[in-house]
Amino acid sequence: MNRSWWIKNGRLIDPANKVDDQGDLYIVDGRICPPDSEVDRAQLEVIDAAGCLVTPGLIDMHVHLREPGQEYKEDIVSGARAAASGGFTAVACMPNTRPVNDSSAVCAMIRQQARGAAARVYPVAAISKGSRGEELAEFGELRDAGAVAVSDDGLPVHDSQLMRRAMEYASDFGLAVIAHCEDPALASGVMNEGEVATRLGLKGIPTAAESIMVYREIALAEFTGKRVHIAHVSTAMSVDLIRAAKARGVAVSAETAPHYFTLTDQAVDGYQTNAKMNPPLRSEADRQAVIQGLQDGTLDAIATDHAPHSSLEKETEFDAAAFGIIGLETALPLSLELVRQGVISESRLVELLAVNPARILGVEGGSLSPGAVADLTIIKPDDRFVYTAAAIVSKSHNTPFLDRTLEGRAQLTMVAGELKFSRQAR
Amino acid sequence: MNTGYFFPHRHILGIDHLSREDILYILDTAESFKEISARPIKKVPTLRGHTIINLFFEPSTRTRLSFEVAAKRMSADTFNISASTSSATKGETLIDTARNISAMHPDIIIIRHSFSGAPHMLARYVDAAVINAGDGAHEHPSQGLLDMMTVKEHKGRLHDLKVAIVGDILHSRVAHSAIQGFTRMGSSVQVYGPSTLIPKGLEQLGARVCTSLEEVVRDADIVMTLRIQKERQNDPLLPSFREYSRQFGVTKQLMGLAKPDALVMHPGPVNRGVELMPEVADSSQSVILNQVTNGVAVRMALLYLVMGNG
Repeated sequence: MNRSWWIKNGRLIDPANKVDDQGDLYIVDGRICPPDSEVDRAQLEVIDAAGCLVTPGLIDMHVHLREPGQEYKEDIVSGARAAASGGFTAVACMPNTRPVNDSSAVCAMIRQQARGAAARVYPVAAISKGSRGEELAEFGELRDAGAVAVSDDGLPVHDSQLMRRAMEYASDFGLAVIAHCEDPALASGVMNEGEVATRLGLKGIPTAAESIMVYREIALAEFTGKRVHIAHVSTAMSVDLIRAAKARGVAVSAETAPHYFTLTDQAVDGYQTNAKMNPPLRSEADRQAVIQGLQDGTLDAIATDHAPHSSLEKETEFDAAAFGIIGLETALPLSLELVRQGVISESRLVELLAVNPARILGVEGGSLSPGAVADLTIIKPDDRFVYTAAAIVSKSHNTPFLDRTLEGRAQLTMVAGELKFSRQAR
Repeated sequence: MNTGYFFPHRHILGIDHLSREDILYILDTAESFKEISARPIKKVPTLRGHTIINLFFEPSTRTRLSFEVAAKRMSADTFNISASTSSATKGETLIDTARNISAMHPDIIIIRHSFSGAPHMLARYVDAAVINAGDGAHEHPSQGLLDMMTVKEHKGRLHDLKVAIVGDILHSRVAHSAIQGFTRMGSSVQVYGPSTLIPKGLEQLGARVCTSLEEVVRDADIVMTLRIQKERQNDPLLPSFREYSRQFGVTKQLMGLAKPDALVMHPGPVNRGVELMPEVADSSQSVILNQVTNGVAVRMALLYLVMGNG
């Protein structure tokens, strides 16, 4: 397969090298060439990227691929295909599979399934055995088997001592600890606690349920001097806590998801189960605070929390419906909306979707530096399309953005110089 | 009744989607049906040949009986499905249950469910008209309408009244329907209860939250108390009934702060001596049994109107 390209006429966005310029990019044998190198252009296949952004491959550091165990919702191959069509060249998949990914066997199985898939798949392993919140999983062996981070995502670590030990022990193996912050006793509801929940008669989840745990993780990271990554930030108070912690020099990083800066709890109106997720959609003030956090650097990454569920889990009473929505194919247009609104620049967008996720997970990619692996995404920012069920690549269709007109999407992705996705049949 | 008005609703899912005009029309219709229940032969042929299914996923005595009496007085054929005998215990989903019932061509399905929004979902999957007989903590529209009918009978109006609601506002679908209904009709609603039972955002729904029993009851035209439950799903809402009764119970002495002709209401069943003292529940101000009587009339009206007779 060809792994050498000449990408012409694109706008190169490479914040790691402070580049935002029209230009050409040469790729030889799956690596990016220095612009001034002696390349035999005749040997390169040409891609015309006129009107497009050429960026490092986007990395979604928080997805659920459901394999092993719930392949009727998604599997590694279908999830990677959805990722590629959404512009992602790599994803990090959470361990709440069946069985839980708390062993080298499951890590190895995930990597095996991902071989030849449309995107890189990095396993995130469990913090605790079985994600039961009782004893630490074997981080060393998990790292050796390919895990890039640990998390009990979906099942918040209740025991503060266990979380402290996880941060300490993970640092010995260079693994990020990704915290799903929710106080389980407070978070027993089904949507954000507030006027909409009261009107709909649905049990609320207070913002405090998240913020209390965000502060706990910050306090533990600050005390131990270790790092922690806060998953899917949804509240204004969490953003404030993280901003203050960063100002004190605490090694905390954080992500949010496109739905938290796009929608509010009003989207639940009519008992829309595709607007049910955990943490829940919040108020307009929370949404604005999340946008502010993306803008001022408090939040480091945009991750989708892609959580596929079939109609069995979603076409049901709101209380009975599963939490979570898919996001791989909508993250880019929803994030580009922030660029169109002038909230963030294209460079900041690439930091949030590529540079920082690569840095936090300690994986390759995230730049167009000479010699770097040629993972890249070509984005047509003004490509308008209607997001229909028929066009969804993921196995599941649980999204509140169905039939919306969205703007901006990936035209092409490349992993190590290999073409993984192209919107126009080439 | 005003001319040119056409009752626009196929389903009755909540007071929230009823306009002021709709509410008045329902109450006028109920008023005209009330007399049927006072006849020696309490039956009219209006809904003869119509099939009505009571689909109750939660235990209910009075609401189900009230709907059944209403349907039979209109000559409809009624069938009761309760949670213990329904497919719910066999793991059949509500959607499958709905489709199976729908395949038997009922005209009206009356549903009670512990999940808010279940009637809305049912309405998407069946051809029949759906009436919400109480969904979770969301709404209980026929109760809200019978409350308004009772008030209108005694006060002659539904506007410019001061309605006090005391008790568990958080879990009460009755309170939610009452707040929507009375505020829509131009009355003011104020609520009070232990802070553990006052949900967020009530002000945006139009209710004022008071800080004492005295404040909520003072000069009220209506004092509505709600049934209290001590504990729900391990959520420690109240230490004891004893304490609730002493701190939040509506007594005769307290009623002295309300207007002299204030009405005492309760959706039932009453925890006597807990949220409402017996001497108040049985006083001349109490219209609790009138509420029950009007419940049949309101439900007759709803059955009649959703069948396109508006």
